[in-house]
Amino acid sequence: MRISLTVNGERREADLWGGESLLALLRDALELPGSKNACEQGECGSCSVLLDGELVCSCLVLAAQADGHAVVTVEGLASGDELHPVQQAFVDAGAVQCGFCTPGLVVAVTDLLVRVPDPSDDEVREALSGNLCRCTGYAKIFDAVRLAAERR
Amino acid sequence: MTVTATRTTLRVGKVGERLLRDDAGPKVKGAFAFSSDLSAPGMLWGDTLRSPHAHARIVSVDISQALALPGVHAVLTHADVPGRKTYGLEFPDQPVLAVDRVRYVGEPVAVVAADHPEQARRALAAIRVEYEPLELVVDMERALEQEPLHPDRPTMGHGYRDDPRPNVVRHIVIRHGDPDTAGEVVVRGDYEVGSQDQAFLGPESGLAIPDGEGGVDIHVATQWIHVDRDQVAPCLALEPERVRIHLAGVGGAFGGREDLSMQIHGALLALHTGRPVKMSYDREESFTGHVHRHPARIWCEHRATRDGRITCVRMRILLDGGAYASSSTAVASNAASFALGPYRVDNALIEATAVYTNNPPCGAMRGFGAVQTCFAAEAQMDRLAAELGIDPVELRLLNALEPGDSLPTGQVIAGSLPTREVIRRAAALPVPVEEPLPRDPLRLPGGAGNTTNGEGVRRGVGFALGFKNICYSEGFDDSCAARVVLREDGTAVVHVASAEVGQGVIGVILQVARTELGTEEVTLAPAETASVGSAGSSSASRMTWMAAGAVRDACRAAVEERERRGDGEVDLERVYRHPRTTPLDPETGQITGERAHVALAVAAMRVVVEVDVELGLSRVVWVGTAQDVGRAVNPLAVEGQIEGGTAQGLGLALMEELVTRDGAILNASFTDYLIPTALDMPPVDVDLVEAPEPDAPYGAKG
Repeated sequence: MRISLTVNGERREADLWGGESLLALLRDALELPGSKNACEQGECGSCSVLLDGELVCSCLVLAAQADGHAVVTVEGLASGDELHPVQQAFVDAGAVQCGFCTPGLVVAVTDLLVRVPDPSDDEVREALSGNLCRCTGYAKIFDAVRLAAERR
Repeated sequence: MTVTATRTTLRVGKVGERLLRDDAGPKVKGAFAFSSDLSAPGMLWGDTLRSPHAHARIVSVDISQALALPGVHAVLTHADVPGRKTYGLEFPDQPVLAVDRVRYVGEPVAVVAADHPEQARRALAAIRVEYEPLELVVDMERALEQEPLHPDRPTMGHGYRDDPRPNVVRHIVIRHGDPDTAGEVVVRGDYEVGSQDQAFLGPESGLAIPDGEGGVDIHVATQWIHVDRDQVAPCLALEPERVRIHLAGVGGAFGGREDLSMQIHGALLALHTGRPVKMSYDREESFTGHVHRHPARIWCEHRATRDGRITCVRMRILLDGGAYASSSTAVASNAASFALGPYRVDNALIEATAVYTNNPPCGAMRGFGAVQTCFAAEAQMDRLAAELGIDPVELRLLNALEPGDSLPTGQVIAGSLPTREVIRRAAALPVPVEEPLPRDPLRLPGGAGNTTNGEGVRRGVGFALGFKNICYSEGFDDSCAARVVLREDGTAVVHVASAEVGQGVIGVILQVARTELGTEEVTLAPAETASVGSAGSSSASRMTWMAAGAVRDACRAAVEERERRGDGEVDLERVYRHPRTTPLDPETGQITGERAHVALAVAAMRVVVEVDVELGLSRVVWVGTAQDVGRAVNPLAVEGQIEGGTAQGLGLALMEELVTRDGAILNASFTDYLIPTALDMPPVDVDLVEAPEPDAPYGAKG
């Protein structure tokens, strides 16, 4: 089936199998592998994207459901060589190890800080509880969120 | 995206400085190429048919219907493996594709390649396999009396203790002093530890590309590219040089990528079809596609004097190794060597047995045998403290193992082991004050699931030590090669085949090169088997030590060579080796040389936990830990390792267990296998104890 959608501000079209997820569309057809395939069952958050401004697990959205809608992925956050403030905070706080969860967390934190510019510790923990990280124990990720919030 | 070798140029500080990762930039942008992100023109998708039976004879396999499906380019079985039919990290006892028998649920039986992943999945469903179920061996105690799963006993003849019981992978007995020594006080305990999954987020994945001349390039997430090559090549009936392994981006490892996953399968499909083949496991397949932490049963008896000195310990340890050997022999050795914890014990009898079963294969996971026995040994120390009426921290200080003391294997501790310092520093970390009630349910045991007002919440403080070896042991004396190219313009390129798995070894390599060469203009080349010798594995708490040694030696040699020659490019390779170790005596478990372990490390942890005694829910409020790191090459990265390791330990203690029934994993998903989330992790206060290891480059342990 053919679908058409906006990804990171650009009009994109694809011809794909009807059972394809939005995640597979992004990664395989549109060559945007920044959104990650860690569990593909909506538990780990590593495939997080913004669909019409709403944070979703792209593995749980059918590609066909995104037809006519706007998607922002982790690749759409930086402006050229300049990192998004949340991305820069992750680098500066040492919040990245293997980095597989990082794109999803960056998208989730970006979404959080738009909704809640100065979140409490509990708000941060709850907002990020849908994003699994196996390397960091989250400590430096919390540091990154605080740093990004302070710099806003 | 196509496969391109990414060269990393880092401008980082020197050894001991707090450094940010250079690969963090591409990783936060989603631009870092993990193994599951790779693609190539004309690429096919590979997939694996796995056994639904834990133990069965294969009566027949019919691939004809699968081959006839649209988009399917290959369906391969064991008959298509051109070389050796089996492989293994230490013993080649595992079939590349099952031949006439399957020994665990998830064992690969056939592989397919198709244009689209969905076509590959449909092809798997069209393969007809007839199985005849066999008697299951799924209880680690009963396994020692049942029919052997490997009648040829693959681990026999390797210098281990002779044990005629069926299904023994390795049996170790360590006799130390007089194990019949009595004590005025005796405490006994039986302990059970469940199996843990590494649960790295990046699934097993890779891309195999045929070179058109019969050889193959394999881009894969792994922990040791050279040992992968040495396992893959014989199965493909190829010379090692014709199999080139390239390290692709690794989404976490924790031991789970020491054994092969898709490497041989992808290469078989690529060579058969003449096209690049990508394989990427989904989460359920990942749970069956790698080895796990051994579940264990441990029986202990600790004897002590009335004033708290341990006189004798007797421990029996049983480890379920699952269907294939993997690294079970070494896990059993570590479990036995560190069974007592970091305590001075003059008399002991320790028995450790790893067995084959039809459960999922077990092998390396963070801590590697020392974790299971840590749980038992530390619980015993608390029981002993309670029995004696001594403060648990004081009891640990009283019995602390220090340099000059002996391990139960007879090895005298010659290097650094600041056990008392670590205990004192952890005990001194301030515990947070108790938060009064009422509180936001998020901060009650069970979080938002707690339905009370916290009336049943009780608070406790725990204290425990951890104890482990550094580097490989028992005569498995590996090495690490580093190649340094000094260009005429003053810049340098460093080649090391070490696997960056998230731990930050790329930073360590460049810190050392900058320190030794005195220039910031250092580039790290991609890790690949063709350009430099083996680095050994990113495991066993060894890669920082080994890579630092190799890069240091190669840099110093390169500087000397440049001074000698005056001009021109210098390109040389040096191989670093750690102090030699020797095997344990198979009968007594005692050392046969100066040491069986290269070096040791100790950690202490102080933990505040709240338990709702009415609901049975718990919440870890705070963790304080002091850890002996030798010397922190990059303190930021060391903290990250400790915080992440603490999360995995918390998961094992409170949340994680692979549950099996008749050999099948019942919770092979992140819905059912729970790992700690941002809501589960408490603050972790980390105190780095630096007592440099005399044998280690820059004193670094790890």
